[in-house]
Amino acid sequence: MSSVRVLVGTRKGAFILTSDGKRQTWEVTGPHFAGWEIYHVKGSPVDPNRIYASQNTGWFGQLIQRSNDGGKTWEAVGNKFTYDGTPGTHQWYDGTPHPWEFARVWHLEPSLTDPDLVYAGVQDAGLFRTSDGGHSWTELAGLRTQDTAPNWQPGAGGLCLHTILLDPKTPGRMYVAISAAGAFRSDDHGETWRPINRGLKSQGIPDPDALVGHCVHRIAQHRSRPDVLFMQKHWDVMRSDNAGESWTEVSGNLPTDFGFPIDVHAHEPETIYVVPIKSDSEHFPLDGQLRVYRSRTGGNEWEALTKGLPQRDCYVNVLRDAMAVDSLDACGVYFGTTGGQVYGSSDAGNTWTPIVRDLPAVLSVEVQTLS
Amino acid sequence: MIRVVLPAHLRTLARLDRNVEEVALVVPPPVTQRAVLDALEHTYPVLRGTIRDHVTLIRRPFVRFFACEQDLSHDSPDTLLPDAVAAGTEPFLVIGAMAGG
Repeated sequence: MSSVRVLVGTRKGAFILTSDGKRQTWEVTGPHFAGWEIYHVKGSPVDPNRIYASQNTGWFGQLIQRSNDGGKTWEAVGNKFTYDGTPGTHQWYDGTPHPWEFARVWHLEPSLTDPDLVYAGVQDAGLFRTSDGGHSWTELAGLRTQDTAPNWQPGAGGLCLHTILLDPKTPGRMYVAISAAGAFRSDDHGETWRPINRGLKSQGIPDPDALVGHCVHRIAQHRSRPDVLFMQKHWDVMRSDNAGESWTEVSGNLPTDFGFPIDVHAHEPETIYVVPIKSDSEHFPLDGQLRVYRSRTGGNEWEALTKGLPQRDCYVNVLRDAMAVDSLDACGVYFGTTGGQVYGSSDAGNTWTPIVRDLPAVLSVEVQTLS
Repeated sequence: MIRVVLPAHLRTLARLDRNVEEVALVVPPPVTQRAVLDALEHTYPVLRGTIRDHVTLIRRPFVRFFACEQDLSHDSPDTLLPDAVAAGTEPFLVIGAMAGG
């Protein structure tokens, strides 16, 4: 029988939530790495028992943890993230050049084919790769050294590379997104990169349709149609039908198009989910009502999903990596909040149930569908 | 033997017994911060990068080094540690700096 494993990263440790395919009763284990910030936990698509976690504190820096048994036991692997060559500078908040400085790993993206191959998106924005299961990390410096990089400037959350998408159909194609630089694409396994931000418009930068400088919050794709990309930007929900060559806005009837996460239904490539919040300065749901919005038309036409979610006095946020879907039928959808709740839906978002209510602030949610 | 007290997170990381607060290290003289940390990281490789930077070996900003009721954090890593530390009668403390409001 199928089962699901939800991997939750929080401000104070990692938690693993497991259930059978009915997704009605859950077992919760954790905290793993208690007291540490766990920005992301993700399993290998080809070996689900191989899981990687990004562990960090301001005191003791970055660690990468690896499990070979589905999260029962863990081993600290390599934590040396050194930029290639002389790192150079990006723009600091005051517009002056600032040296690239490693702060933390925001996102770990295991390869679609090799459990020992993993990509890491880091702050200050850079992309690293391991091919030995996390023991050693090498920067793919072509991203940080491409022409626009000296002009990148951090957003309020830092100059972080937070999204990595691996194209399952076109060998060597991958995407990353950086706050507040934009989206970038490589067609040669990450060796060289170019910005793919045509069509984005951002009022918070001097030239609203500049080549770079856009605060992209997250990008999602469906495995069956990897050339179709969906983006939650600082403001605006966007869509590309040509692998990021151009973008069009699909915010449609959303009550606000500011938000962080975006994800795609496992079996319906035109069904997407966002969690709108009020604004860039008020990171909480409109009117205290926590609502996931679903579009079954690839954007523009959205419906509010509210059953089981608090509809009064709710002022939590859902961060960019804190939503995921399983691949059961019906598709399960999960998200975690800064208030420590993890909600799950076993019917594609029609109804929601809190799996846990009182974790530390949730930073990331990933789901493994196990057979 | 040089006695080194580690903070709880690093003891966990080094897989020390829950009740063990300090470790004992053989450090040939001269006994300096650098020599003690070199020995510590040699014995517990998982601690590399958590106390000082991997490459520059500079102390991480929110880590402090205390001994004999003195803050040695800003001393040169090549300064001799107090005699009591070198003799093993007093521990060298690695501390996570106080933070919060």
